[in-house]
Amino acid sequence: MELALNQPAPLWKRLTWFDWLFAAIVAGGGLFALSQFGDYMDIYEKAILLAAIPALAIFGWFWKPFRPLFLAVGAISLFALSQYGGNLARMEEAFFLKYLISSQAAIMWMCALFGLATLAYWGGLIARSGFVLSTGSALTWAAVTLGWIGLMVRWYESYLIGTDVGHIPVSNLYEVFVLFCLITAMMYLYYEAQYQARQMGAFVLLVISAAVGFILWYTFDRGAHEIQPLVPALKSWWMKLHVPANFVGYGAFSIAAMLGAAYLLAARGFLADRLPKLEVIDDVMYKAIAIGFAFFTIATILGAMWAAEAWGGYWSWDPKETWALIVWLNYAAWLHIRLVKGLRGPMLAWWAVVGLFVTTFAFIGVNMFLSGLHSYGEL
Amino acid sequence: MNATSASFGKSVFELLSSMRFAISLLSILAVASIIGTVLKQSEPYSSYMIQFGPFWFEVFGKLGLYDVYHAGWFLVILTFLVISTSVCITRNAPNFTREMKSFREHVSEQSLNAFKHKHEAATSLAPEMLATHAQHYLEGQGYKVRNLPREDGVLLAAKAGSWNRLGYFLAHSAIVIICIGGLMDGNLVFKVQQAMGIKKIETRDIPQSEVPAISRLSPSNPSFRGSVQIPEGSSANVAFLNVADGYLVQDLPFTVALKQFRIEHYTTGQPKSFESDLEIFDLSGKKVREATIAVNHPLIHDGIAIYQASFADGGTRMSLHGWNLFAPTATPFPIKGAVHQSTTLSSGAADYTLEFIDFRPFNIENMGEDAEAPRDTMSVLGGSPVSDKKHLRNVGPSFQYKLRDARGQAREFSNYMLPLELEGRWYLMSGVRDTPNEAFRYLRIPLDADGNIDSFMRLRAVLLNTALHPEIASRFARQALPKASWETDLENQLKLSASQVLKMFAEGGFQSLGAYIEKNVPASDSEKAASTYLRILELAAVEAMQIAHQQAGLPALKPDDALGWLIRDSLNSISDLFVYGAPIYLQLMEYDEVKASGLQLTRSPGQNVVYLGSLLLTLGVFFMLYVRERRVWLRIKPGHALLAMSSAKHTVDFEKEFAQHAQALNTLVK
Ligand code: HEM
Repeated sequence: MELALNQPAPLWKRLTWFDWLFAAIVAGGGLFALSQFGDYMDIYEKAILLAAIPALAIFGWFWKPFRPLFLAVGAISLFALSQYGGNLARMEEAFFLKYLISSQAAIMWMCALFGLATLAYWGGLIARSGFVLSTGSALTWAAVTLGWIGLMVRWYESYLIGTDVGHIPVSNLYEVFVLFCLITAMMYLYYEAQYQARQMGAFVLLVISAAVGFILWYTFDRGAHEIQPLVPALKSWWMKLHVPANFVGYGAFSIAAMLGAAYLLAARGFLADRLPKLEVIDDVMYKAIAIGFAFFTIATILGAMWAAEAWGGYWSWDPKETWALIVWLNYAAWLHIRLVKGLRGPMLAWWAVVGLFVTTFAFIGVNMFLSGLHSYGEL
Repeated sequence: MNATSASFGKSVFELLSSMRFAISLLSILAVASIIGTVLKQSEPYSSYMIQFGPFWFEVFGKLGLYDVYHAGWFLVILTFLVISTSVCITRNAPNFTREMKSFREHVSEQSLNAFKHKHEAATSLAPEMLATHAQHYLEGQGYKVRNLPREDGVLLAAKAGSWNRLGYFLAHSAIVIICIGGLMDGNLVFKVQQAMGIKKIETRDIPQSEVPAISRLSPSNPSFRGSVQIPEGSSANVAFLNVADGYLVQDLPFTVALKQFRIEHYTTGQPKSFESDLEIFDLSGKKVREATIAVNHPLIHDGIAIYQASFADGGTRMSLHGWNLFAPTATPFPIKGAVHQSTTLSSGAADYTLEFIDFRPFNIENMGEDAEAPRDTMSVLGGSPVSDKKHLRNVGPSFQYKLRDARGQAREFSNYMLPLELEGRWYLMSGVRDTPNEAFRYLRIPLDADGNIDSFMRLRAVLLNTALHPEIASRFARQALPKASWETDLENQLKLSASQVLKMFAEGGFQSLGAYIEKNVPASDSEKAASTYLRILELAAVEAMQIAHQQAGLPALKPDDALGWLIRDSLNSISDLFVYGAPIYLQLMEYDEVKASGLQLTRSPGQNVVYLGSLLLTLGVFFMLYVRERRVWLRIKPGHALLAMSSAKHTVDFEKEFAQHAQALNTLVK
């Protein structure tokens, strides 16, 4: 009778051999990295690495598709590293590196695959074809895999440039845009499977494509893909926590905004019979904002703690900090609106869409317009 | 209290604790915060004055826009947030705590029947039997269950996720706690003291030791955030707090001395680390501590955290050559100076003040082509992220100074110590600008074959010396004409033209020549005239150079390409010097660098309060968003079971779970 009732067994009973193998590989990899690169790390960075082992293992147990992703990224990245053999110049010579898995090649593939995935999702949405939609999912998975490989290999390449240059690739706008695409795509893939609603991909992939467009423009026009050494202010283990936490927030808010747009369209009858039910869209939107808000809260707190260590004060009202607060307040307001009867529906969807503009400004607008603001003519 | 005031109090209470009020507050706070990011905060008041003009400067100042986040009205909004949140907590506390504990055992069957989420099933099991199975099931699902016997059967009352409510308390009290922590670190105490006239901002630019007690804060001041710049080999026992258009002096309970400040660089030239070796002395002068701080690695001493915040020049000593540009002399005179100091220069006609403002030991300049080579697509797709910034080069030290005339007008200069190679030739560069927000315009002084500017200076001295013009003109004419034409009218004419060109050039460079042509030559011929004059000038300058060399006791120069370029470059520079705007060119010969480290010192008792609040906030937010509060009732009568479910939030998950419970009931009843 127990089984028929679908009683949840304790987590450890539900784990399969693959789960354990996965955990063992994660642990082995982590410890290997510690023994290999421990010399480059301070005590906090070692702690972060050690804490990442159970975090990744549990994450894989919780979200099963993460396991093959992790293993594929790990294996291919290691292969790429072996192709380098400690010589950066191999990038131009070794076939696999040159065309597939040097950081830049992998990231460009990621961009291309995200573009194709967007087309597939839209094709599937319009043609109501489950097969085409699942092609979209597959392409997104492939893009995510290559993107992570790109970042991993980039991390390694940065150390090949110089041991003092090497750093985790979350330090400039180019790198965090890649991170943004990956995190957004992964969160989306999670919801897609949870809700069995691939049609949402058409909308979510649009924002990822926009980010891809930015990456390409930034690369071709500004040469932003070049690995630069860290400025002293960024040389801190805090960066490893603060930046990824922020991007879970940004990614989640972007998903919510795109679903808000989908909601508004569907509520007016556009694509209504092709998109999931309004309640489902609304629910995913709420989930996305919830996770985004939680992580953005953590990220802002971590940022404040870092600021306390780097600048001498946990809060200085500098433009980036202030805009983070504005974003946070915006979504706090959103969550409260949802609790007020009668303000649900289109109002929340609109607010989520507008939220994306606020978030985008906090993310890139501040860097582009405010830090170097010398004229106050705009006021 | 009469009835109306009681009901007024009640409606204020209700307004403050209402969700709509909270939403408005959050939105208003967000919008208000934007202002301070658009208008750069805490700049010197003089620059606001320049930007806005006197009227708007006043208005904005009154509105507190130069320090929005400490302005009264901003604090009022924050206070409302704190009050509103507190009132909200107070209002919800009784209900929420009751709810957390309560199983709502007293629901009537009637009200269960009115639930939106209810499910009925017929059963052949005895009520107690079914209740036991169902309790087991619900507990397995994470519910706390009460089994309540009723006359005609059983009521199971179950709840899960009570921590959601706890989350509400944690997160919302965290808001209050964080604001209190922030307030503790704010400057409220000073603001009160200022309002009462106990303390006053110092706006004069006077030595720190002369700042009166009314503008000093005692070492026991519980919270402050100040900064101080210490040159190597010096020490400080105060920090400066910038407030509005002035500052306060914060006396420290110790003395910080800077032994050394270091900048390390990557091979690419970007800075890699900033470090200061500090010594701390107690007030009696005893050394108590020695430490090295760096960005991201502060030192905490006596409850005061000392951070590496910036760096500057600490008074680098320099030996210079001064070239007098008024008198056409070709020998420099020595000057000594140090950054942050000034000296007076008397140049006969007028006095100037020479203010040394900065020294930079490195200057990384883009020496490549104007733009980077265009990237072709393939080079990026398969491209390398390795930066190829070969065009970035360290071009060596530079120093900056201002030259202020008797009327107080100052021009700013930036001179490089080492020559720069441009288009294959070498120059000493001197930048000049009239106001700090202009870019520097550069004067290029060409170097001779020995790598000195002496040839240039000698040539200039000769060219500007009108007494030598006849000699130059006749040498030029002889060079230009075949021997047969010597001592003819032609020669005289050529001499005359040359003298005229030289005279005009000596008066105002190419600008004078241009003005002359514009005035006296028809437009159709002006181009031709210009090139003729230029040719004459260049050839005459070659002769002038030979004269200069002769005067200096040097052998005659070979007329080659290098000489040609030197002459052309020199003529350009001489001409530019007419608008250089200084009576002197300063050439840096030697320096002895002294750096200064900018430290930030903070005492921040609210920090741990804020961190505690942050922890509670994080926990609270997770509980609220990820612990779903739900209740289930199962009313069992012989032959019949009624399942009802409720939650504060009806999400898709809730619907799913309800469907699952209903399904389970269908199985259980069999
Ligand atoms: C910066 C300020 C605030 C933040 C960050 C904040 C955050 C939150 C969050 C995250 C939730 C959960 C929403 C959800 O479950 O979807 C919530 C709920 C709530 N908030 Fe706030 N809040 C703030 C200020 C206020 C204020 C000022 C009030 C009252 C006037 C208020 C009243 C409430 C109430 C009543 C709930 C519902 C609790 C429940 O039913 O579980 N909040 N708040």
